[in-house]
Amino acid sequence: MCITLRQFQTGAGLLNYSFKCGISQVFLIYFFRMKKTSVSSSKKSASSNKALLMKNKPVEKSKQPAKINFGGLSKEILLQMHSHMVKTRVLEERLIKIYRAGESYFWIGGPGEEAWGVPLGMLAKKGQGPEYDYLHLHYRCSPTLIAMGLDMVDSIRMMMNRATDPNTGGRNFSNHFVIPKWNIAPVTSPLEVQYPIACGTAHVQKRTGKKALTIVTGGDAGTAEGDFASALILASRKGQELPMLITVQNNKWGISTSYEGQHGETFIADRARAFNIKSQVINGNDPVEVYLTVKEDMEYIRKTGKPAFIEAMVSRLYGHSSASGANPIQNEVDPVKDFEKKLLQAGLLKESEVKELWANFEAEGVRATEIARAEGVPSADSIWDHTYKGSENADWRKF
Amino acid sequence: MANMAQAIRMALHYAETNYELKDVFGQDVGAPLGGVFTATQGIKCAWNSPLDERGIIGMAMGIAMTGDRCVAEIQFVDYIFNTIDLLKIAGNTLWCTNGQYNLPMTVMTPVGAGIRGSVYHSHSFDAWASRLAGWKVVMPSNPLDAYGLLLSCILDPNPTMFLKPKALMRVRGEELIPGEPADEKELKNMIDAPIGDRSTWKANWPKIQEYLVPFGVGKITRTGSQITVVSYGRHLLVCNEVADQLAQEGYSIEVIDLRSIYPYDWQMIKSSVQKTGRVLFVNEDTEVTNFGEHLSYRVTQELFYELQARPRVIAGKHVPGIGLHPNLEDASVPQKHEIADAIKEICGEIP
Repeated sequence: MCITLRQFQTGAGLLNYSFKCGISQVFLIYFFRMKKTSVSSSKKSASSNKALLMKNKPVEKSKQPAKINFGGLSKEILLQMHSHMVKTRVLEERLIKIYRAGESYFWIGGPGEEAWGVPLGMLAKKGQGPEYDYLHLHYRCSPTLIAMGLDMVDSIRMMMNRATDPNTGGRNFSNHFVIPKWNIAPVTSPLEVQYPIACGTAHVQKRTGKKALTIVTGGDAGTAEGDFASALILASRKGQELPMLITVQNNKWGISTSYEGQHGETFIADRARAFNIKSQVINGNDPVEVYLTVKEDMEYIRKTGKPAFIEAMVSRLYGHSSASGANPIQNEVDPVKDFEKKLLQAGLLKESEVKELWANFEAEGVRATEIARAEGVPSADSIWDHTYKGSENADWRKF
Repeated sequence: MANMAQAIRMALHYAETNYELKDVFGQDVGAPLGGVFTATQGIKCAWNSPLDERGIIGMAMGIAMTGDRCVAEIQFVDYIFNTIDLLKIAGNTLWCTNGQYNLPMTVMTPVGAGIRGSVYHSHSFDAWASRLAGWKVVMPSNPLDAYGLLLSCILDPNPTMFLKPKALMRVRGEELIPGEPADEKELKNMIDAPIGDRSTWKANWPKIQEYLVPFGVGKITRTGSQITVVSYGRHLLVCNEVADQLAQEGYSIEVIDLRSIYPYDWQMIKSSVQKTGRVLFVNEDTEVTNFGEHLSYRVTQELFYELQARPRVIAGKHVPGIGLHPNLEDASVPQKHEIADAIKEICGEIP
């Protein structure tokens, strides 16, 4: 049997695929790994979600088609996830429109990672300082930030290089977020540097002792960088383990190079396992699976102070960036539409509600664009600002 | 009188006691070794990192991102080159975030030749470091300045680089660090780890006091009227020696210890060159795109009509490495006779 990673996303999950296609030796290992995880995950989530379920009305099983499993998540959480996912998609497509209209120089972003990023943002302990979770994200992180409360206009301001861009003041590309009040570390264009940097915030959190953790995200291609190994080593030293949720969003591409073209390992998660890090491969196109897994791992990290690793298989719906056209990719799973379809089938959403939701976010995106369009751009003399704290010594001509 | 390694150690102790310095780390920085040059012996917050320069710099950036102060060491600057993009990012983080994230981190690393360190223990980094916008870069030439500059680095809210001239680590200065015992042996007994088992050893720190050398402030180490010689680190001492020798031949040489490479003390250079009309820049980093060239360029641009002679730069040869044999090393980095010859030549030039 030969199953490529690209096939992964066409099924409901690896477990199902193993059953459908027959079980090879490799997949047999993963079958048991996943099965064990899945069972413990369900048990844990059942108990840990108890308080949540008391507050929020649980989905009534009798009204759900039997084949749809929402993992015991409440209707409120499911609809919240869907809403954030739709909002993110509308925002990203708005950014692409801005690029196509010639109102920006470059787009790179996260369509296809909504099912991964939204639950992550919902579950992060949001705040500023080591008592709260730090997030070292990559440039496909808009779903996480929308879930944390990002205003569309602030993403669009960055896309249009406005002086009002609260992230970079018009200095950096789209989706290079900087939000200190939520512990969002600066998103950088160099890939993978966020991994060892994340070890530093986790180190301080361990010292602080408030059960906060550091989350780091990145793509599969970037794991070829030595920084990925640096993070695994720093996070897993015996007796000095770091409270980190180390993650990889595997969209199976590095710009135009396929996963098979640059990886010998079957799963990137295998590398974390070699460092005795709790490690899982999940379907990152299923927000329920993501929510339950991330929740389980966050609880494990906060309890033990040790790292956990998640490899989430995700889609890349508009290619790498505007440099590769930013055109829709047809043969990949659309996690937003997929989840929406399940919610409709389960009777948790009506068609009219779905249309209204998309329309409202679209209108919000248009309004936000108009606001950003009318705002000022950075002035030329501002290049010296923030070279140093207090802008001292910026220009050597003035020494 | 402390040597430079002891001065660095005392600065780190002062900072962990008074400045909330919480992490001093790098390869072999913690117990039992306390650094390959013993500069971190006895420091409570010192710990050993994996042998991974990118991990060290990355972690320092993350620690700094939380607001905690840290000092990260790269064991020899020869091994810092694979972190150059991280250093670039550390320098541009405040700028890229429009002033929202500053990184109060210090990287210290031994630099330069002079110990027969062969190809990978002899590199210099001052020219490279001067191109890292957003960083402040210093290089001391004596223990007191090492103490004062390192404390300034640790207190600064920006990324700072403390370049340690490795050939000077055992060289003693002429001035005491405030609170330091005058007796060398007494100091040694207090803060040098014993040979052998160190498992129960703790430093007995003298009651040292705060002493800060500000960034961008040089020091005139020899006054003179005929020529200005600008240097820093190990070669500052060489320039002082040459100036003293040539003084016996009647030359009047002003020597400036720049101390800070960035920001640098332009006003001190300017006023000295306006007085002497002649200038020589000396350092041991390689000569093509050397920091001395920037200073020489600026002198030419701003003081052209006040010059009596062409400015010169003496620097390391533009060769791929510094060979182990003394003939090779000496031919690669500036030597006393080259500096003396250049001074005589510049002073002999008639406009």
